[in-house]
This record gives sequence, structure tokens and C-alpha cells, in this order.
Amino acid sequence: MTMAEGDLAVAELAFVRHSTIAPRPAPATMTGARGWLRKNLLSSPFNIALTILISLLLAWAIPEIVKFLFIDAVWTGTDRDACLESVQHREIGACWPFVWERLPYFIYGSYPISERWRVDLFFVMLAVGIVWLLWLNAPRRDLGAIYFFLILPVTSFILLTGWSAIGLRPVDTVLWGGVLVTIVVAAVGIVCSLPLGILLALGRRSRMPTVRVLSVIFIEFVRGVPLVTVLFMASVMLPLFIPEQWSPDKLVRALVGIALFASAYMAEVVRAGLQAIPKGQYEGAMAVGLRYWQMMRLVVLPQALKVTIPNIVNTYIGLFKDTTLVFIVGIFDLLRTIEVSRIDPKWATPVTSTTGYAVAAIFYLVFCYGMSRYARATEARLTKGDRR
Amino acid sequence: MNDSSEHHGSLLKPAKLNTAVAVELADLNKWYGDFHVLRDINLKVMGGERIVICGPSGSGKSTMIRCINRLEEHQIGRIFIDGVELTADLKKIDEVRREVGMVFQHFNLFPHLTVLENCTLAPIWVRKMPKKEAEEVALHYLTRVKIPEQANKYPGQLSGGQQQRVAIARALCMNPKIMLFDEPTSALDPEMVKEVLDTMVELAHDGMTMLVVTHEMGFARQVANRIVFMDEGQIVEANVPEEFFAHPQHERTKLFLSQILH
Repeated sequence: MTMAEGDLAVAELAFVRHSTIAPRPAPATMTGARGWLRKNLLSSPFNIALTILISLLLAWAIPEIVKFLFIDAVWTGTDRDACLESVQHREIGACWPFVWERLPYFIYGSYPISERWRVDLFFVMLAVGIVWLLWLNAPRRDLGAIYFFLILPVTSFILLTGWSAIGLRPVDTVLWGGVLVTIVVAAVGIVCSLPLGILLALGRRSRMPTVRVLSVIFIEFVRGVPLVTVLFMASVMLPLFIPEQWSPDKLVRALVGIALFASAYMAEVVRAGLQAIPKGQYEGAMAVGLRYWQMMRLVVLPQALKVTIPNIVNTYIGLFKDTTLVFIVGIFDLLRTIEVSRIDPKWATPVTSTTGYAVAAIFYLVFCYGMSRYARATEARLTKGDRR
Repeated sequence: MNDSSEHHGSLLKPAKLNTAVAVELADLNKWYGDFHVLRDINLKVMGGERIVICGPSGSGKSTMIRCINRLEEHQIGRIFIDGVELTADLKKIDEVRREVGMVFQHFNLFPHLTVLENCTLAPIWVRKMPKKEAEEVALHYLTRVKIPEQANKYPGQLSGGQQQRVAIARALCMNPKIMLFDEPTSALDPEMVKEVLDTMVELAHDGMTMLVVTHEMGFARQVANRIVFMDEGQIVEANVPEEFFAHPQHERTKLFLSQILH
């Protein structure tokens, strides 16, 4: 006891603050460039080792890439001689004249030259639609949605396939190619897979056994089969069962295949989001009298889709790159047009293939990174909205 | 509406009751798998009556009121809400849910919508009210629960007590005849309980038919016409508050009361 009393006598028992402490700036080691370096690059021995390793990697890779793409690159020329080391007697990087000459083919495929303005118009209309829909401050975004999901598909279809009645020469889809095909396949896949995926996800969580079982069978079947197989089935097997005159266009078959394939994946992504929504949200919505579809549309899906945006975009990016597989059924997407061009004897050099693939890489990188950045921005905006 | 003369004391009874039966549970039975969670429940609630339901956890009190708006399905027995029998018929369920408001322990506000949108959602989509009118109604009720200034915030920006008052306003916007409260103050910090209870007392003054699952015995004493005590899925005892607290009859009730009233 005496011990404790002695301690208490030493300790100060009562304390009253008479002045408030004003906030002071953080120490310099925490702020500015120095603080950033310390915190992000040099915080621990492992982190320091990683920083050094990655710096070395970049120091090795970046000059090589710059050297190939720009410094040693050939910028003008008319045939393979311009890009041949044995002719030019210097180190040769990317062979750009090959790309300049083949660029129209990369973009339009074999689309008739006199009709290529239609493809250009399609690209412009699509760009307008995308900006209208994705730019948050754009005026009348409701009209933008109607334009994108209703007007654009119909006019694009007429524009690209042609309609003799209004003087547009019909163009067979066999002639389509390059960026045009890549964009069309990706756009159809992206636009169709989300709504289909949502329906399948809701079906899989449905309390109605038939709906649930059908959804599960579809999802598991499609996910259990490689996309290449789906495309093969669509283009090789289908004609065996359907009379030729009824059989749909080859491109349409690939489009349907890709859309169904993507929607099965999307369904699983959306289902994960639905599972993240607490039961209370459903109960709250039911208790105020919302019906099933109202509840889903107004309460559950907005929240579920929000948490799944990173995964949705991830699926989109995968889908965008998977479009290259349509070459397997003889459709000339961008990668296929590059493949065909790079073995053209007129441009056959050791660097032609690398140059062609670099073009493809840059194209896919730009699009996929763009999607990824937009998703990040959307995520940041949405989490700010309901920060707790 | 009660006469203002009745507002004098903190006790407000006898309430003026409609002769109509608002809720009737007849021989209600429910099972979760093999677990018999509600057993032969018989309860008649008159229009304007305020019932407080208490009991130990797991006694089935929440399940019972959740059966009233069909958040839970019952297997045997009948439920009548305002004369309408609640069955598996979706039309009936919709009809009942339009007339019965519910306040949950965890508020269940919609976090992606503002407070105002939370309140206008159901009137617009279920009652087909024009947006402008729905917003007026919402502001009216938000004023009544004393948070009109929070209308444009998101639920996540409010305190627990404020969120629960929004939840009450959201339910009131549907102009319900009956209000169900499922432990409305259990998830709140202690200093926020009073603001929610005050709101509920006011609602009681206005003659709302209320079924309240709560452990707030002060509230029960002040507001309830009847207290229903449940244990093991059965109604053990029901009585007016004075009698219930002063002279509990059943042993289980006595034990319960001795444990919660220190």
C-alpha cells in the first residue's frame, strides 16, 4: 500500500489545459520531394533493393526501345531496300515507310477505297458517342445514351454494310478488316456483354430454379470452353446444321460468339458485386415497396456495379485483346492485317515483323491503358461520393 | 390525432383507438429449417395502437414483425394487414408493403443516394408521385425529424442518430398506416438514442399504429398501450405497461425484468 501511495504522490493527478495547441507543419523529412522519395522508394531495405533493380531494368530497356523506334529508325523509302542493313550499311531500327504504305490496309482492311469515307464517318460517330457518354460534364447525357445505344448501332450498320436504296453500295463483311474490325468486334462485345452479364448474374442468384439452372449451365459451359473453340463452333459447326442461305454472315457469327463468351465472364464479375451488397439493402428496398426489378435497378445494381468497375474494365480489356482471336475463323482484324503485311516480299526485311508488331503493341496499349485510366478516375470519383 | 390535452404528462394514454384491426396474427407458425422460431402467435393490433415487443435475443420478436411485411415467410397461420390477408400473392405483398413502413436496426439507407433521394425513391417509383411533389413530401418529413438541412448529404456523412431519423422519414414518406420498428436504437451510440426515441414519441402522439421491438423500457413505459413479452418463439405475457412492470405474472417475465431493470 505504502508503495502505491508513494507512486501516486509523485504522479500528477489533475490536469487542466489552459491554452489550445495550434497545428504545426509536418517535419521536412515527411513532405516535399524528399519525403516522397523516402516514403515511396526507400522506406525499407527490400524497397531500396527493388528501387535499384527496377531502375537498372528501365535504364537498360528504355534506351534500347528509343534507339529502335526513333534513333535508328528509317523514316522514308519506297521498298525493302530502305530498311536493309546490307544496302544502307548502318544499323537499322524500325522500318516506318512500311507502316506508312500499309497504314490504310491496317485501318480499313480491303474495304473498297472509294467507300472508305464511310468507315471514317463511323469512327467519328463512335468517338462522338464515347466522349458524350464518358465525359461527365457533357450536355444532355441522356440523349447521349440514346444516341450511343440506339442511333449509333443502326446508322453504323447501314453505313458500313451499305444500303442500295439510299445509294450506299453494299460492302461484304469479307472485305472489312484492320482497325475497323477490331473496333467493331470490341464495341459489340463491350456493349452487349454488360447487360447480358447482368441478366445472367441475376439469373444465377434467382430463386426460380429453372432460371437459375439455365444461367448456371450457360455460364459454366461458356467459361469451360476456350474462346477459340467457341469461334470455331460458330464458324465451322454452325453451317453444318443450318442451310447455307439461312446461315448468318461470318462476322456476325464471330460477333455473337464473342458477345456470349464475354457475357459469361461478365456475369461472374457482376455476381461478385451483387454478393458484396448487404442483405439490409434488399430488405430496405423491399420494405419501402419496391418491386424486384425496381429494387435491382435503383438500389442494388448501382452499388454492385460501382464496386465491380475495376473488374468490369478488366474484363473489357481482356475482351479487347481477345478480339485478335477472330483471325482463326478468317476475319482480318488489325493483328491479322499486320501478319499478312509483314510477309509481303516487297517489304521483307529483318526488322519488318518487329516494326509491325510494335505498331500493334502501341495500338492495343493506347486503348487498354485509356480504359484503365478512365476506370481509375471513375473509381476515385465514386469513392469520394460516399466516403464515410 | 390525439387531443393536445393528452400531451401534458409524459404518459400518453389512453390512446384514441380506431375500432378497425390494423394487424392480426392468427396461429402464426414459422420454422427456419427444423428450428421452430414462431409458435402459435396470436396478436391483434388495433388502429392507432402502440405495441412494444420485448424479450431475450432469439425469442423471435424480430422475426414476428418481419413476417408482417413479408420480409420473412410464415408457414402456418394467417396474417391480416388492414383487412388484407398476406399470402404468397405478389400483388398482396406489394399492397401490404405500401401500407407498412419499417425501420431497421442498421438503418438500411441507400448509401449511393442522397438523404432526399432516399426519401423520394419509393414515392416516385411505387406511388408514381411526380418528383417535385415527392421532394416536398420528403422535406416535410425531414423537417419533422428535424434534419431538413441534411437533405443533400449522403447517409455516410451523417451520424447514426441522424441516419436513423432519415430512415424514419423515408418510411413516413410512403404515408404508411402502420410502422414497424426493429430494434431502432440498438446500433446507436448512447448519446444518440434519445433523438431517435423523441422522434418515435412524436410519431406516437400523431396516432400512428406502431409495433416496436426494443429494449428501451423507458420508451415502453411512456408510449406503449401494450407490452408483449416473448420467449422461445411464443408470446409469454402481454399487458398494459403499468401492470406489466408492476405485477409481472409469468416467472420468465419476472426474471427478464429483474435482469434488465437494475
